Amino acid sequence: MTTPSAKINQTTKAIDEILEVYPEKARKDRAKHIAANDPSGTCSGCAVKSNVKSRPGLMTVRGCAYAGSKGVVWGPIKDMIHISHGPVGCGAYSNWSRRNYYNGTTGVDAFGTLHVTSDFQERDIVYGGDKKLATIVDELDSLFPLARGISVQSECPVGLIGDDIESVTKAKTADIGKPVVPVRCEGFRGVSQSLGHHIANDAIRDHVFDKADTDIETTPYDVTIIGDYNIGGDAWASRRILEEMGLRVIAQWTGDATLAEIANAPKAKLNLIHCYRSMNYICRHMEETYGVPWVEYNFFGPTKIYASIREIASHFDETIQANAEALIERMKPEMDAIIEEYKPRLEGKTVMLYVGGLRPRHVIGAYEDLGMQIIAAGYEFGHKDEYQRTYPLMPEGSIVVDDATPYELEEIAKRLKPDLVGSGVKEKYAYHKMGVPFRQMHSWDYSGPYHGFDGFKVFARDMDMTVNSPTWSLVRKPGETATATDAPVLKAG
Amino acid sequence: MRQIAIYGKGGIGKSTTTQNTVAALADAGHHAMIVGCDPKADSTRLILNQKAQTTVMDMAREAGSVEDLELEDVLLTGFKDIKCAESGGPEPGVGCAGRGVITAINFLEEEGAYTSDLDFVFYDVLGDVVCGGFAMPIREGKAQEIYIVTSGEMMAMYAANNIARGILKYAHSGGVRLGGLICNSRKTDREYDLISALADKLGTQMIHFVPRDNEVQRAELRRQTVLQYNPEHNQAAEYRELARKIAENTNLVIPTPITTDELEELLMEFGIMEAEPADEAVA
Repeated sequence: MTTPSAKINQTTKAIDEILEVYPEKARKDRAKHIAANDPSGTCSGCAVKSNVKSRPGLMTVRGCAYAGSKGVVWGPIKDMIHISHGPVGCGAYSNWSRRNYYNGTTGVDAFGTLHVTSDFQERDIVYGGDKKLATIVDELDSLFPLARGISVQSECPVGLIGDDIESVTKAKTADIGKPVVPVRCEGFRGVSQSLGHHIANDAIRDHVFDKADTDIETTPYDVTIIGDYNIGGDAWASRRILEEMGLRVIAQWTGDATLAEIANAPKAKLNLIHCYRSMNYICRHMEETYGVPWVEYNFFGPTKIYASIREIASHFDETIQANAEALIERMKPEMDAIIEEYKPRLEGKTVMLYVGGLRPRHVIGAYEDLGMQIIAAGYEFGHKDEYQRTYPLMPEGSIVVDDATPYELEEIAKRLKPDLVGSGVKEKYAYHKMGVPFRQMHSWDYSGPYHGFDGFKVFARDMDMTVNSPTWSLVRKPGETATATDAPVLKAG
Repeated sequence: MRQIAIYGKGGIGKSTTTQNTVAALADAGHHAMIVGCDPKADSTRLILNQKAQTTVMDMAREAGSVEDLELEDVLLTGFKDIKCAESGGPEPGVGCAGRGVITAINFLEEEGAYTSDLDFVFYDVLGDVVCGGFAMPIREGKAQEIYIVTSGEMMAMYAANNIARGILKYAHSGGVRLGGLICNSRKTDREYDLISALADKLGTQMIHFVPRDNEVQRAELRRQTVLQYNPEHNQAAEYRELARKIAENTNLVIPTPITTDELEELLMEFGIMEAEPADEAVA
């Protein structure tokens, strides 16, 4: 262990000040989750604690296991119908809340706009919901005969009353001749949505793999895109790169996915994983069971895209490698032009990020391509793996935070005065009111894609129009009168 | 209005004792209601002289929800104007019977089943307090008094002690008190003394020793209480005595449950259980 640098000490002091308002127990607990970054990894106090229960009263913004399964992993599989099994609220409030784009015709080969819930009533709690579930499956099968399968996303009460949804789904799978998949993603399980991802992965493993006929033609160039939910068209932009490299994408998990693609994934030569946090489980399973290797990649910003293209190509023959170099050569002028256009307007701007389990580290390269610097980053539900991959990418003395509270984020923003905050819709308006430029980094703020070459163009434009928008100078504290158009930007603090 | 909950080991005779006692109270001129809190729904059949009452939850299941029910659908009147309701619930192994108890009691309250003319409301609760739902009758604003039905059998005493633990928890949050142990005799050795001693350890009283008599079974076969079937019989007098003692009882305590070791010592003291060295000698 070496003595921490002055930079680290300075940040540690700021963190201590932020935590001072907490009662002692809460302060001690939260101190383990916020640290000054040490890229070398030699500072013993700089690793943050993660993936543990949120402290009551601190207002975590985490989601639940149901959100992780229904909202993230299963929801985007477009030719299935997903039942929110339990009282109506979980399904209603999670409906259409993610921008996972897909192609298809509703009711024929796509069912993403449907909102199906078993709408539990008192009697379903008291007498159990199994019979109702069986009826719903029968009704869905007759109403939407073209749906390729049904998933049952368990809400809390299903687990509490001990309903045996496995036996219902097993019988119904036989009855309707299509997979009916039970997913035990009751919201009370685990400390965040992260366990929901894991449970959803396991449900695919147990109820999709080796169940359907997957006798597809294979080629030496078959790959999958794992952990891309096609937010604003991300997976399409990524697929384009891979196809231009000469690879054949046989499955997208799970953005714009079909059930058949999911089932075919073990036939791939290589699994390519973007969102490591939500789908590393299934990659490990496919590696162990089917011998499919997997590689992590990053399609945010040209630097990481080039590196990822080369890394992926290195797993294939010279043809692919030559294609990869040709693609980079062809795209580079376009990417350089984007950088040339936006970098002068963004150079030196600072960014604070607080997102889910992947992006706080994956988008760093894209910001750096535009000359921007990350000064604070945090994950809602990252595990140790994420943080270890994050420390080396962040500047020394920047802040790394786990399961941050709104108070902590606001205080960090007040002290570090970032030029841009990237987080979710729950954070957005607080920063708007503070006069701090803000982008939603879960949903891309109604924009996108941000992945791939196509995405970088949009990303650069969005960051520029947010950071350099004249709007921020018009934000005033209540009671303040607007007199001059050149009023100074109200910095928080 | 006094609200009283009857607990005890499964099969110990809670429903029989409750119905006979309430029949005796009604016979003495009191207005009473029985709320069965057991999915088996056998807490009111001897009062109503019928097979089994239609339950709140079963009616709600048919109608769609409890909001669709009328009080008169589920609150029936039986022997000596005793009002009867059963919470009902699922068959074993399905759903959540505890939630059924909560839903049913809430329904009865909201629909005005608890009228001011009632002197007594008795809750006859399923054997073990397995979850929050079965503790519903002793939460704040419900039963303030509990009687535990037990016998000289070891497992019945274990159960009584466990129930006392549950009461202790709610005694501090909701104000419920233990009124006493009712010994429903199984003719085990030194049963009277043993249950008196257990009551003493729990800080309460054995409020009555109900002797075993087959007249109870004969009445039950005709779906009647002894009070109705053979009011002159000695067993009817026993239930009248129990009813009188409960009506006059002011000895309401926070119980002092004992450890399993203490309970076993008690059983050894009365020769029910042999001490361990003796076991070794036999072996």
